Amino acid sequence: MWISPFRLRRQGILGMNRRNVAYISRYNSRSSFPLVDNKLNTKLLAEKFNLSTPRLRGIIRYQYEITNFMYQVEKLSGFAIKPAKGAGGKGILVIKSRNGDVFIKSSDKPIGCHDIKRHLSNILAGLYSLGGSQDIAIIEDLIQPVEMFEKLSYAGVPDIRIIVFKGYPVMAMLRLSTQASDGKANLHKGAVGVGLDIATGRCLHAVQYTNRITHHPDTNIVLDTISVPDWQNLLLLAARSFELTGLGYIGADLVIDKNSGPLLLELNARPGLTIQVANGIGLLPRLKKIEQLDPDLTPCATDRVDFAMKAFAAI
Amino acid sequence: MISKAAFYLVVLILIITGLSIIWLRHTELNIPILPGEQKSVWLIEARIDFIADGGPVRVSLDLPEPQPKFRQVSEQAASTGYGFSIIEVPDGRRAEWTRRHAAGLQTLYYKLQMVADSDTRRISQSKEVPEPRVVYWKELQETAAQQLVDQAYEKSSTPSSFTRELSKQLSAPKPDQNASLLLSEYDLTTLLMRLINYAGIPARVSMGLELQDFRRYQPLKSVLEIFDHDRWIPVNPNSGVHWSPENILLWHRGGKSLLDVSGGVHSEIHFSMIHQTMPAMDLARLQFNEGGLSRLSLYNLPLEEQSIFKLLLLLPLGALIVTFMRIIIGIRTSGTFMPILIALSFLQTNLIPGLTAFILIVGIGLLLRGYLSKLNLLMVARISTLIVLVVYLTAMISVLGHELGFNIGLTITFFPMIIIAWTIERMSILWEEEGSREVMIQGIGSISVAVLSYLCMRMESIRHLTFNFPEIHLVLLALILLTGQYTGYKLTELKRFRVMRNKT
Repeated sequence: MWISPFRLRRQGILGMNRRNVAYISRYNSRSSFPLVDNKLNTKLLAEKFNLSTPRLRGIIRYQYEITNFMYQVEKLSGFAIKPAKGAGGKGILVIKSRNGDVFIKSSDKPIGCHDIKRHLSNILAGLYSLGGSQDIAIIEDLIQPVEMFEKLSYAGVPDIRIIVFKGYPVMAMLRLSTQASDGKANLHKGAVGVGLDIATGRCLHAVQYTNRITHHPDTNIVLDTISVPDWQNLLLLAARSFELTGLGYIGADLVIDKNSGPLLLELNARPGLTIQVANGIGLLPRLKKIEQLDPDLTPCATDRVDFAMKAFAAI
Repeated sequence: MISKAAFYLVVLILIITGLSIIWLRHTELNIPILPGEQKSVWLIEARIDFIADGGPVRVSLDLPEPQPKFRQVSEQAASTGYGFSIIEVPDGRRAEWTRRHAAGLQTLYYKLQMVADSDTRRISQSKEVPEPRVVYWKELQETAAQQLVDQAYEKSSTPSSFTRELSKQLSAPKPDQNASLLLSEYDLTTLLMRLINYAGIPARVSMGLELQDFRRYQPLKSVLEIFDHDRWIPVNPNSGVHWSPENILLWHRGGKSLLDVSGGVHSEIHFSMIHQTMPAMDLARLQFNEGGLSRLSLYNLPLEEQSIFKLLLLLPLGALIVTFMRIIIGIRTSGTFMPILIALSFLQTNLIPGLTAFILIVGIGLLLRGYLSKLNLLMVARISTLIVLVVYLTAMISVLGHELGFNIGLTITFFPMIIIAWTIERMSILWEEEGSREVMIQGIGSISVAVLSYLCMRMESIRHLTFNFPEIHLVLLALILLTGQYTGYKLTELKRFRVMRNKT
């Protein structure tokens, strides 16, 4: 039922308290938090640094703009509505198709125009934002998953979480939504986490609700054979987000679009710890390894990715 | 970032400062560490009777000086029609009653509370060395006295040992000729006093009160005191050794008069006394009029504010509990400090009625909120609606409770309505987004932290410590700071990462 703390320590598992004290508060400067806590900022910044992100289709800042919402999405069949300051995937509404005035959510449930407007006004009022402050709604292009991912996930697009420490990608996992997670990629809601080998992008290990699994619970696809395409570019995109924000310890959320390739979805200054369970290995030894590097060295993103691929290879 | 060493130094300083102020307050102000501690107190009453002759009356009574064995807690005088004041004169303190006209039998009372409490610092030190009294003897006696003194002087080195030797001679079963001669003239105590003064050592006869429970009409007894080095020492006339009986209260010292009555005759003084026990806290409270440390305490505030602070000073403890539960244990609560506020309101309502009402209000609130979410309201308006509903619900529960005979009516209003409205809102969103399981986890987490805080805050000893020793919060602060530096695993993480058991 329980695991002894000494054993956890031996396996190098990073705990919540240690993450907060020794990594987040040490390496993440408070002043840079708004860059990542506000997705709109991240997006604009990413465009400036030439990092690809899903295409921005519209911004709703004020309540009265909600009435115009229908015009903004008129030509789109699928889109995603996100609160700019949302945390933990809260408030994200993904519409994958529409039938006149009825929209179909990623979970195949229908949703009316009225409900979407209510959702938008909730976002603006700050229901999903950190600390309940007023917020902005972002409308983005729907991601078109690559074929191999399309059949993997129950609904929605699988995304890849990469922990980037001082610019080095240290650990990665693929998140697959399930029926239990309502098409969302949040692990605590029941999404499947697949640990990925930093060297190759191949599956190491998969978990759901912290239990180890070998098959996707809904699609029943064998998870052990997954290999993420375009892996090195993906790592590079994640590694470059360090220059973008200057934050030392971040979780980069990426997706692979059928047409545009790897895209940066969002950055998280307080990335979760379940990635360790998905990988079956602790973060601490890897973080320590990066910390031991000569601080005067500032290699470029490509070099950092090369280093990580060598240093953190599974075998 | 400040270094680890500096941080731990600050924590250490906080703890040491906190604990030493607690200790100081305990020793200096006699505030007990534990509530309910009892102290034994002597309630002594001096009763003065005299017959007034119709003219102006002035009565002056010598009052006891600070004593090594007893600490005076309070004093008061009861005497209708008389002006009363306590006057500081060079010889000590005197109580003075005055009246323009008085005739017939008059009775005046002076009451005093003394705690048996030894403290060597209170032993009075005379600044100046008093002069020995000049003693005159009859011719024959002078020779005898001189011989007695000479013998004792030979065998002694200090005033104390001299007294001892002298007393040995006088109280021997068969006193010698000189001693017998003098003893036939004076009683033992007076004789000793005369002889010691004669030898050039200051000595005096003071009046002491023998404290015995439920005694009335007690006279004062004479106690011999000699001056040694820098202080007066009471001496047992029978053995000459230093004598400090537990139950003798020295009332009247030295040459001045015990009782002066002008404008009256046949004055008499009697003492009666009883022995009581009293809560140490009440006793300490009686002495807070002094300056110094007591100035820095909350007792000087009006009572109403004191009772607010009594509650407020429990908050840091709640904060510590929440910090501990969240950082070390890893319990998830809905709203970080909501449980403390709920715990504070439980203090007013008591646990079971409070808990029932809380669950009832939040439960019904959640149902109503389910309907509200269909109304498509802006968030601020929705929470405002919830606040109105919560107030309404509270009123309904009060009225219903009253009708059914549960008296939770008034106390339920102590619930922080706005906090409850927010709790309902948060729980409701949580329900929509994360499902009922998360709501249960956070709900049970919040309630258990609240109940734990309540149980701690309700403990008499904790309430006593937080209010009477506010500096204990420095220690709490240090603990919170230390917890903030904890980088180990949370207890719940041991469960969360349990799958890692299967790895090598």
